[in-house]
Amino acid sequence: MAKVLLEMNSITKTFPGVKALDNVNLKVEEGEIHALVGENGAGKSTLMNVLSGIYPYGTYDGDIVYDGEVCRFHNIKDSEKKGIVIIHQELALVPYMTIGENMFLGNEQGSKWCIDWYKTYAEADKYLAMVGLTDSSKTLIKDIGTGKQQLVEIAKALAKNAKLLILDEPTSSLNETDSRALLDLMKKLQREENLTMIIISHKLNEVSYVADKITVVRDGSTIETLDAKTDDISETRIIKGMVGREITDRFPKRHDVEIGDVMMEVRDWTVYHPEFSERKVCDEVSINVRRGEVVGIYGLMGAGRTELAMSIFGRSYGIGISGDLILRGQKVTLKSPKQAIEAGLAYVTEDRKGNGLVLSNSILRNTTLANLKGVSKGSFIDPDKEYEVAEEYVKKLKTKTPSVEQLVGNLSGGNQQKVLLAKWMFANPDVLILDEPTRGIDVGAKYEIYCIINDLAKAGKSVVMISSELPEVIGMSDRIYIMNQAKIVGEMEASEATQEKIMACIVGVSGEADADGVGSEA
Amino acid sequence: MNGFSMKNVMKKNVMTIALFAVYVLFVILAAAIKGTNMLDPSVVTSLIEQNAYVFILGAGMLMCMLTGGNIDLSVGSFVCFAGAVIGLFSVENKILNEWYGVWTTQIVDGKEERVLVTAAQPLSTPVVLLIVIGVGLAYGALLGFLIAYVRIPPWIATLAGYLAFRGLGTQVLTTASTTNAISNFPKPLLAIFSGKLFETGWGEMNIPCLILGIAGSAVVVFLSLKARATKVKKGYQADPMWFVILKCCLIVAIIMFLTVEFALDGGIPVVVLWILAVLIIYGIITEKTTIGRHFMTVGGNAEASRLSGINNKRIMFVAYLNMAILTVIASLVVTARTGAANAFAGQEFELDAIAACIVGGVSAYGGAGTIVGMVVGATLIGVINQGMSLVGVDQDWIKIVKGLVLLGAVVFDIMSKKGNKKQ
Repeated sequence: MAKVLLEMNSITKTFPGVKALDNVNLKVEEGEIHALVGENGAGKSTLMNVLSGIYPYGTYDGDIVYDGEVCRFHNIKDSEKKGIVIIHQELALVPYMTIGENMFLGNEQGSKWCIDWYKTYAEADKYLAMVGLTDSSKTLIKDIGTGKQQLVEIAKALAKNAKLLILDEPTSSLNETDSRALLDLMKKLQREENLTMIIISHKLNEVSYVADKITVVRDGSTIETLDAKTDDISETRIIKGMVGREITDRFPKRHDVEIGDVMMEVRDWTVYHPEFSERKVCDEVSINVRRGEVVGIYGLMGAGRTELAMSIFGRSYGIGISGDLILRGQKVTLKSPKQAIEAGLAYVTEDRKGNGLVLSNSILRNTTLANLKGVSKGSFIDPDKEYEVAEEYVKKLKTKTPSVEQLVGNLSGGNQQKVLLAKWMFANPDVLILDEPTRGIDVGAKYEIYCIINDLAKAGKSVVMISSELPEVIGMSDRIYIMNQAKIVGEMEASEATQEKIMACIVGVSGEADADGVGSEA
Repeated sequence: MNGFSMKNVMKKNVMTIALFAVYVLFVILAAAIKGTNMLDPSVVTSLIEQNAYVFILGAGMLMCMLTGGNIDLSVGSFVCFAGAVIGLFSVENKILNEWYGVWTTQIVDGKEERVLVTAAQPLSTPVVLLIVIGVGLAYGALLGFLIAYVRIPPWIATLAGYLAFRGLGTQVLTTASTTNAISNFPKPLLAIFSGKLFETGWGEMNIPCLILGIAGSAVVVFLSLKARATKVKKGYQADPMWFVILKCCLIVAIIMFLTVEFALDGGIPVVVLWILAVLIIYGIITEKTTIGRHFMTVGGNAEASRLSGINNKRIMFVAYLNMAILTVIASLVVTARTGAANAFAGQEFELDAIAACIVGGVSAYGGAGTIVGMVVGATLIGVINQGMSLVGVDQDWIKIVKGLVLLGAVVFDIMSKKGNKKQ
């Protein structure tokens, strides 16, 4: 048995109101490729952030034993000194600098005051050869593709004398060929350099291909560790570990909701990425939603769900949008969020702080933001009416706040989410697209949000709920679309849906789920 | 806490309190050191007349800053250029004669020389006003277009204006006049932007001024009481009655103080009416209208604003268009007060307007700020300026103190926000 390089013992990490990691244990042996798998929000990234010192010692409980000694990292520099290097999903390269400059950023070659450029580029070329990149180290980062940029990141890590390399979703923005090349490189580095690696990935086929051991994380706890030599590591087996929990009664039931005509339909909707204009973020997507219906769209992060929603909502995302949008049986073209709101659409963002709420403004002002006309006479705001509206929604949604004058930035996540919902409910839309409506809020507030969704359906609204939480999608939807890599890969009635079936659609293993998708709901 | 708290009121109005304290301090210092009476009517009037442009430009700068801490650096240079344009068309000058005068050739000492027969007629005041406002609209529209739609960072686009208009204004003035300045403006033009309303002699009590002051006070009291009554009637949270009365008393005291000062100095300065008009209009826009709300939202969170159906680009366009129009008004006021358009007009005006906003609590990142705050900031800087010169402090030291006050105001703002978060 090989030497144990890293041991994380009973790591517990709490954020205000949420326990992100609960007694997590992870053991990594020297020279192995160890995969961490789990749903979004299961705690994989948090665990790696604890390991690399992004969450410094003291903010978590438990021990990190690395190379035989207990480590207390206060920042990334500390962990890098020990040879633990993390490569994040979002590449951290400066586009207008050369490969060489990027590789030694913060680790400049030469004397303390003067950079030795000859050494920099010579060293850079050496490490580039190691990762099999033939481009000159003087090429600008912006001139090479994402696949090669990922290789530069690895070379950069090697230049830091990495002994333990952590790759967070390294293939999420790569195509098939580049992904395979990257995985092969990982195997080569393992063989030739005896490098130890931890890979976080959603792509289970890749995990099966590359990993020696697989640790499954679920709801902030490590569930099991599978060994490629002795255990079954097929995708179905991994999925079972990832989702193997009972759906309890966490979702309020909807009663007597009549599902009506098709309210909104999207046909062959194709959207391209605004910056990488050859990349499709939605590929011939067709979905529909009826009056009084809650339609779930399930997909992992980066599947194209948000892009789909925002491009429908007045083309607020993406370029080269094609396809038909049919509202109430009429084909419409919505060119701006304003037109979308007027046509009866609402997009409740997943990023309430980033693009949903104005944190420096009061509840009052945020509530009326999308429908200021509703409280105005001409161009003058009626302060009394505005106050009444804000009070009404605070009561209706049970928002906990001392007054409607409270700044939204001072509210908890759940209450902010309610203000965001209030804002869009007051705009009085027919179709509400809720993007991750319960992200980052506690269980109690989640239940209240579910009740609001049910009330909306009861009032005859059409609700599209985007979520990456399987139980939520199954528990709340009437019908579920499954989205993966810019495409709709399955559709099923919620009554027939199981977590395994849905996950199978994503990894495209089971024929059963596909058959369901074609059969139901035309 | 939900209820009314005196501590919060003090906290919110800390700059106003500072302004009072600084004013009283300088009144005492000026009397003690130089024996000057800062409360003398002519001193008070000149404080306001000298700073008129800051209030007007500050209103425009506030609108720009609300959209996300954006500033307009071209304001001062455009004041100079607009002044040159006003002079060019309203006073006889070389350029106008060159364009529209009647010329003939004479032989003097054996050389041919062009001689002016009939000088060009300057245009009437209304036409000049139309022209200069047109110039303002054109510049504002261009600037707004470049910033909002071409997406040039505001400070770069306006830096270009800062350089170009200083040069252009100077060029026009040096070509038009041998003294590099245009003066002798027509009386009607001067009367619209300077002088006194219903002017009386020095030391007399100006009756129309008193009547206006009393009427203004009555309106303020009426509106305050009415607002509170509506709140109480509808069951909203309202300030206690004693506080409303105290507030009214303070405001009335300020109005009546100024009224008496003006009345003793020959009447209300016309420029005060312009200031009031601008402040009231922009006060209403920022507090009561949908477009004012949109300005705040764009600055508070541009993405949220866009996804809420607000046309961010149009708001940015309007901000800079509006700034140019107010700059033209400021230019008219300044030109009329000095009675001349010269190449040095408007120097550092943009910085005064920005400083007034910052000291007045307008967020340097956008999304928050009020007209009242800006007025307090502008007055505070004006009082420091005047007070220190009356006390006899050197100009260089005045600049140092102003710089420190500006820095102090921002540091205070950020520290107090941090304090709030901890609670």
